[in-house]
Amino acid sequence: MTLPDPPKQETASQTAGPYVHIGLLPRMAGLALHPVELGRSLVGPETKDARITVTGCIHDGAGDRVRDAIIEVWQADGTGSLAGNDGFTGWGRVATDFDTGVFSFETIKPGCVLDAGGKVMAPHLCFWIVARGINMGLSTRMYFPQDSQAHETDPVLSGYVPRERRDTLIARREGDTYHFDIHLQGARETVFFDV
Amino acid sequence: MSNRALSPRNWQVHPPALAPAYKTSRLRAPAQALIAMDPTTSELSGPTFGPAQIAASDSDLLQNHKTTGLPIGERIIVHGRVLDEQARPVPHTLVEIWQANASGRYRHVNDSYFAPLDPNFGGCGRTLTDQDGAFRFHTIKPGAYPWPNGPNSWRPAHIHFSVFGTAFAQRLITQMYFEGDPLLDLCPIYQAIPDPHAKARLVAPLDMETSEPFDSIAYRFDIVLRGACSTPFENRPEGN
Repeated sequence: MTLPDPPKQETASQTAGPYVHIGLLPRMAGLALHPVELGRSLVGPETKDARITVTGCIHDGAGDRVRDAIIEVWQADGTGSLAGNDGFTGWGRVATDFDTGVFSFETIKPGCVLDAGGKVMAPHLCFWIVARGINMGLSTRMYFPQDSQAHETDPVLSGYVPRERRDTLIARREGDTYHFDIHLQGARETVFFDV
Repeated sequence: MSNRALSPRNWQVHPPALAPAYKTSRLRAPAQALIAMDPTTSELSGPTFGPAQIAASDSDLLQNHKTTGLPIGERIIVHGRVLDEQARPVPHTLVEIWQANASGRYRHVNDSYFAPLDPNFGGCGRTLTDQDGAFRFHTIKPGAYPWPNGPNSWRPAHIHFSVFGTAFAQRLITQMYFEGDPLLDLCPIYQAIPDPHAKARLVAPLDMETSEPFDSIAYRFDIVLRGACSTPFENRPEGN
């Protein structure tokens, strides 16, 4: 019997660098090259669910705001489906502002997602963060403060994250706006996952 | 969307978050260890893209920002395949690239290097892999450029690659370098990769077979995303 070739090794990651915007959000870098900037909006006009805004900053180890980061978001729709419907793509791409360091995007609140084996996950957004100085994209999650009961049984939040660090993954609510600050280092360092 | 479980990351092939010789990583590297988790349906699914969003011309950087003529520099073809760790092709996935122009300058509002911009070169492109996982870009060879990491730091010529795969947990950004570049030995970003084989795989070899005579030199760059766990065979004692 011929055995298959041994698995190939995955390709090494490298930093996205300071000029990542020309590749992923070229209009932000002053390059009006593509008619459609991918991931610019998660919701379409026909999306029925109520809109929410998610906003925040990324802080480095000195407490300064990271002004050159790109965040990608991946989330379920209001019914907990990851397939996308009604003009809702579930995927978004946003940068922190060059001057203020703030990121902000409009979306809908996701529903509970069913994991394999029927485990119910509390509503969450998956974040993936790249920037100059980040050698490999950082994966984290944002949860919603009003779902505290579901957090107790969420397989990720309650299954892997030490209790004293869980609040780094829970946004702060202000009406329809959710504030989610990310700390790369320090006393409030955000939990990042090896997914 | 794929429901296959992914194989664990091989951290030996990736640079550590903190690579002190790369100064910016010192304040941007998480100090605490990443928390390992089994990917859930959220991370095993991911966005998909189609030809409605990507034009065929988006992969031709010689043409996609043309104003008065062709860009200046060595004309090159960069091609390869996106595969998983079992060497299976990853078809119809989005590959995005960005790079400096031939003089080492990015068309980016924050690039203050005094080398000239090229009016005919944007420095970004994108494409979808075909059913065999293959992609191809036509561009110019980027120049090396100085950066403020140390008193005399130069980045080797490189092209940035962003790849999606079928699962959000496969998401990857990397850089392709060029065979024979003496600056590779001096670059702390490149040298942060611990495994010499993993480093070597980021260096695209010259590919004369794909070069177009009297037109463009070709370089080959294959990208391997972490793959699905292979199925264990009960009747094979050595595993799978």
